[in-house]
Parts: sequence; structure tokens; C-alpha cells
Amino acid sequence: MSAERAKRRRFNPDRDVREWKGAYVPYDIVKEGFIAFLAVAVLMVLLAVVFSSPDEPAITLKRWSIADPVDFAQTAITELDGTSATATYGPPYNSTPDSSQHIGFFEPEQWFGVHQPVDTAQDFVIGPLRTLPHQPATQAALNVYLAAPAAQQNAWTTAYEKAVANATEVGGRLHVPAGRYGPVGVIIGSLTDMAQTGGLDGTLLSEGGFYNTNYTKPLLFLADGSYLANKANAEHLAGDQWGMMNETGNYPGQAWLWLYTMWYQVAPMNTSSNGDLEVWVIMMVLSLGLIFLPFIPLLRSIPRWTHVYRLIWRRHYRELASA
Amino acid sequence: MTDIPIGAATGSDEDAVTADQWTARIRRRAEAAFPPKQLLPDRQPAFMASWIYVFGVLTLVSVAWVIITGCILAIMGPTWWHVSSIGHFVNSLHLWSVESFFFFMVIHLWGKFFMAAWRGNRRLTWATGVVSFLVSVAAAFTGYLTQQNFDSQWISTQAKDGINSTGAGAFWNVLNFGQMLMWHIVLLPIGVTFIAGMHILLVRRRGIVPPFDVHPKKGEQAAEAATTAEAA
Repeated sequence: MSAERAKRRRFNPDRDVREWKGAYVPYDIVKEGFIAFLAVAVLMVLLAVVFSSPDEPAITLKRWSIADPVDFAQTAITELDGTSATATYGPPYNSTPDSSQHIGFFEPEQWFGVHQPVDTAQDFVIGPLRTLPHQPATQAALNVYLAAPAAQQNAWTTAYEKAVANATEVGGRLHVPAGRYGPVGVIIGSLTDMAQTGGLDGTLLSEGGFYNTNYTKPLLFLADGSYLANKANAEHLAGDQWGMMNETGNYPGQAWLWLYTMWYQVAPMNTSSNGDLEVWVIMMVLSLGLIFLPFIPLLRSIPRWTHVYRLIWRRHYRELASA
Repeated sequence: MTDIPIGAATGSDEDAVTADQWTARIRRRAEAAFPPKQLLPDRQPAFMASWIYVFGVLTLVSVAWVIITGCILAIMGPTWWHVSSIGHFVNSLHLWSVESFFFFMVIHLWGKFFMAAWRGNRRLTWATGVVSFLVSVAAAFTGYLTQQNFDSQWISTQAKDGINSTGAGAFWNVLNFGQMLMWHIVLLPIGVTFIAGMHILLVRRRGIVPPFDVHPKKGEQAAEAATTAEAA
């Protein structure tokens, strides 16, 4: 914009300023920074000594299957028959139809398709059990199950789901009532045994390689069960408990996510099947609004209307009034 | 190539020979935009007498402590703080420096909002401040994902639904510890440092915003032609 054009433009107090022609005073910015550096160090050390930081140990599949083998088995059967939350998730894990969150035609989850492929039956149950070649009963059960037609597999898994709903834990061992579930009882029983020895943790994490830092599969398996969620509920970390901004213990957590978390507490997002996408769209719009606030009429006038600036610059206005 | 005898090359000789260089042009622009006294001033406008201005520098020194404590954790590796009491203490320092950083930054942000600090062609200064806040949120979030404890298990399995709903989950997998750790200790700190650096340079370039009505005269506001910084 040329200087001439700017001069012709009408003065807008929410956009323009008059040049400061008042006094300048000495100000040692480096000294201020150094003192602030030390002050924050003292504050940090005090907070760290008094409050420390939370470090609740991670839950392993071994710990879960020992603490609650019934929940583990109930989850494992849904992984085998493809009815778990992960198995029916859709992109980026699999291509389950009509599973993506959307707002009208806006369905970004579908844009990039399956990028982290997860086949729950193969990855969580069959594949890990195939690493136990010296368990003939387990391998025979797998062979029978895999050779059976889909309808027969479905009949077995349905029967097992009904039976395991009434399962009990006896001395840390899974006890499932008898039923017509064919080889599935041996399969899930073997997987539970494998998990209780810690073998399943290693198998899911290794993914065929020695080095791995991707925990996608064990975390998805863990999240499909109730054990993780029950512990989170007890720690007040659930979504309806403002959980996204909290952490274990009485720590402030990510308090700066309060606005993001708030949308999950109010209708329609708190009950909507598209709640996550709705919250993200709202937050994107609000974030863009904050970035471009200087261009938005009315909103950019709020500081002038509220007069809080008179408190901030009270000495300046006091001097101006007495001048 | 033009030879310049050693000892004979005065400043003006060099300028004549190198004036068209990219290097010389960038130096000239940098010197014009940031004279030393503007980059590191020893005087400030008298209206700056308010505690609210302290929160900008407190934010900066907090992020310095975030980086220092984060570097110590990085030197010792991601599992160190779980097995060492000293490591746990350093992790606590890291956590509280992050909490302090956000506390000071939010107060700084609200202070600047109520000053309407975007006035006088300072809109980019405002925008870089907001963007550095948003990138900092992402940096802190990836820190929570890579703690390797129950908190990171729960937060990652909950957050995946939000990220996946946007389509970003196809490439940005919050359940992938290795990927999130790289983002936390390399990419996002570079992003925060770069944007915050831009923000600070813009503050030095434009100066701090003056109060509303610095020279109030009756009836002046409506009629006076604007003296905007854009005209400068």
C-alpha cells in the first residue's frame, strides 16, 4: 500500500496506531532475561521437588491377561471373529464400509484409505499362535478352524462369545463353560496362556523384525478390551471426565486443551458418532479465527470496548490525565 | 573474477565489486531491517511500565528450560527416567518447565489480545504468536504420547480417533512411538524455534504496540488521517 493511499484511508483504532512521540526510558532487556531465566529455574526446581511427575507403569498384555483373563478372552474372540472396535474401525486400519466419521459429504478419513493395515484375526490371534509350533493341540485347532467354511467358523465363534460371557477366573486361569464352539476354545485358551507368559507382547511388537518402535497393534488390542478403560475411568481420564487434558494423579496435565476437551462434553458432540470430526472442525475454525483475528470486524474491537487496556497501561493514562 | 589487493579493499571498493551478490544483498536488507540498536535496544517507550510485559520474556526463558531439560533426557535416552531417580527428577523439571511455558504464554497471549497488539501493521507478529502457540500444543502433545507409561497408552489410544477422523492418521500415527518421538524431539522443536524466532524478530522490527489514544485531542479520532505503520 502506498504512503499516499494509507494517508487517505480513514483511521481505524482497531487496526491503526498513532506513532509514539512520548518519552523513552532505559530498559536492560538482557538483564531482565537473565533474572527471568534464574527465577524460572528456581520455580521449576521447587515444583519438581514438591510435586515430582507422574509415571504410572504401562499395562502389558501379560499384566492384563493375568489380572483379568475373562476380559482378555472376551476381547480376543472379537478379534478372531472380526467384531472388535479395531476390526470394524475402517481407515486407516481396514476398509470396513460406512465406518468413517463424516459431516455430510465431508469424509476426510476416506481420502487416504488404509495406511496402517490391521487384520485382527491374523495379526492378534492366528499369527501369534503360529509362532508356537511345538504346541500340537493349538496348531491342530488352528488348522481345523481355518479349514472350516465361513458359516461354520461363525457358528463356533458365536457359540464361544455366548459361553465366554459367563466365563470365570479360577486361580488366575480362564474357565469357560462348555459349549459347541469347536476348536475356538483351544485357540482362545492358548492365546490367553501365551499372553500370561508374556509371549504375546513380544510377538505383537516384533512384527517380524528385531528392532521395532511401532506399538500400533498391541495398543489397539489393549484398547479393544475393558481393562485399560476401567483403569482410566478410575483415574478420571475418560472422555466424559475431561480426560484428554488430564493425566494420572493430581497433575495439571494438558490444561491448554481445555477448549478442545470441552466440546466433547456438550451436545451434539458428546453423543454423536461423528463427534471427533465435529470437534476437530470446530477447533480448526476457531484456530483460524484466532490467527486472523486482526482482520475480523467486531471481534478485533473487543479489546477497545472492554477497556482492559486501561488497566495494562494505567500509568500511561494516569500521566495523560494529569498532563 | 576481479582481484582485490589485500589491504587495498576499502568498504566502498568491496561494495562496488560485490553489490550484486546474493550475500551482499541479504546483508544490506538485514542491516536495514535490524539495526543493532533496534535488535537489542537499551531504551523502551515509557508506556511499557506494566507487569504484563514480563510474561513474554518468561515464556521465552521457560522454553529455554524446556529445551535444556529435554536435551538431557535425549542424551540419556527415552527409558532413562523410568529407571533412575536422577532421570525422574530431570523429567519432573521438563514437565514443570512445559507447564510454566504454557502458563506464561497464555497470559502473554491474553495480554496481547487486550492490547490489540496487532495494530499498526503488527498482524503478522500476532499471527506468528498464535501459530507458535498451536505448534507448541502439538509438541507438548507428542511429549505426552512418548512417556512410555500408562498415560501415553491412554492418551494415544483416545487421541487416535480425533486424528484419524481428519484423515491425518494415515500418515501421522499417534500409536507409533518411534514416529511420535522423532516429531517430539526433532521436527516440532524446529517448528517452534523457527516460528518463535520469526515472532521475536517481528517484535523487534515493529516495536511494541502503543496504547490506544496516545495523543488524545477532542474530536481528533474521527477526522484525523491515519498515520499507520503501513504507510512507513
